[in-house]
Amino acid sequence: MPMPYYVSPEQMMQDKAEYAKKGIAKGRSIIAIEFVNGILLVAENPSASLYKISEIYDSIAFAGAGKYSEFENLRKAGIRHADLKGFMYSREDVTARSLANGYSQSLGTIFSQEQKPLEVEILVVQVGHNGHANEMYRISFDGSIIDERTFAVIGGKSEAIQALLKEKVLTQSPELRNALALCITALEQIGNQKLSLESLEVAVLDRTRDGRRFRRLSPADTKQLLSG
Amino acid sequence: MKLPFLPNHDEPSFFDFLTAHHPALTPTGRSGFLQAQASAEPTRGAGSMNVPQATTVLAIKSQQGVVIAGDRRATEGFQIAERRIEKVFKIDEYSAMAIAGAAGPCIEMAKLFQVELEHYEKIEGVQLSCEGKANKLGQMVKANLPMVFQGLVVMPLYVGYDLMRAEGRIFKYDLAGGRYEESDYHAIGSGGKDARNTMREHFLKGMAEPDALKLALLALYNAADDDVGTGGPDLVRGIYPTAKIVNASGIIDVSEQQIRGIYDGLIATRRSKET
Repeated sequence: MPMPYYVSPEQMMQDKAEYAKKGIAKGRSIIAIEFVNGILLVAENPSASLYKISEIYDSIAFAGAGKYSEFENLRKAGIRHADLKGFMYSREDVTARSLANGYSQSLGTIFSQEQKPLEVEILVVQVGHNGHANEMYRISFDGSIIDERTFAVIGGKSEAIQALLKEKVLTQSPELRNALALCITALEQIGNQKLSLESLEVAVLDRTRDGRRFRRLSPADTKQLLSG
Repeated sequence: MKLPFLPNHDEPSFFDFLTAHHPALTPTGRSGFLQAQASAEPTRGAGSMNVPQATTVLAIKSQQGVVIAGDRRATEGFQIAERRIEKVFKIDEYSAMAIAGAAGPCIEMAKLFQVELEHYEKIEGVQLSCEGKANKLGQMVKANLPMVFQGLVVMPLYVGYDLMRAEGRIFKYDLAGGRYEESDYHAIGSGGKDARNTMREHFLKGMAEPDALKLALLALYNAADDDVGTGGPDLVRGIYPTAKIVNASGIIDVSEQQIRGIYDGLIATRRSKET
């Protein structure tokens, strides 16, 4: 009987983490940032139909970076989790925290038990209303979960963008227009190239709306917003 | 990909997801319990179970779209179970559903159908077509068939604005899930026949929206006149039938004030004829 080679657990985890990180860094970045009336999500995305940002529930949105097929599966699972919970209990009982926990558990288990870890980094954000604060959770390929404030960045050169935003973000939440301009500048500066509005995927969670607060902004909408 | 702590499934239908993974939450999830009950009391036939029944709802096409309305009464045998029940539900931005039958399962089906359409839209990134929505509802009615034998009938009337064809559409169903499209108007429930008679007399192709709304309320009024299960406007408590309008710009709730105004006019006319 052939003996399997011995690999120390530390080595194995390290290899898996490196593999996943490499996959995620290859992609482009996604920024979520708070503005006066909610949360703005901006992704660099050349496709107009394969989305990286999506609605999960009334005030919850999802963004995924890395391998499309993998975060798409996570997105669908999240929608099922949220709709099931909302149907079983009530719409207000669906929270980003419970969803982020589910994702964290799933990613963690897959990272430690499967041969190949998921090459994804995801964001779960919830806009607060009735005096509640916004919530932003960044979940990594190994299931580690980070509670972010003011802004969050995933995928691509996320650390560089994070450092850049840290310098520029003011203590007060900006207007939607300024927040969008800030995200575009950050993406352009780090990517070292001019971005057309068509290559951006933009969505907001707007707390001034009733019911489903998620709204996509088309290139025409963003153009109008930036010029207006 | 298996996700240990999140529900695993492949299709975009929430109803199928519930059926496969949480059967106890589907409308038919109760059938086990009911079968046990039925075998314990074999003499209790279908329809004899005392649960609140909701009655007369109707829909009329107008030039701009479609009007859907319903009375507010639920009965339990010869008792009034509920005076303020809502039978007309917004399902999504472009469709609404009204129900007749056992009130509890009816409301549950409306709620499930709302989630179903929203779920599909979120998973697939596009809305179902008007036709697709109507067919899905038919499948849900069909799945409810075992409950019909237990006496829990759910009868939906579905209306939607078809964005592709740019017109309002009305769909009715039978107990086995058969789906039929109505070209002008339809009413279901215990007072459905009375309401249909009124609509037949006054319906015109391409009616203006306000006229269609007025006719809908008149038909409900006449149904309440002849059918014990249907509630008319309750002037003492200030309870009026509810109505929604679906057209190209979406779905609108007709305000209670507007409905009250129309009924005041109707009642005044009728009073002048009687005296």
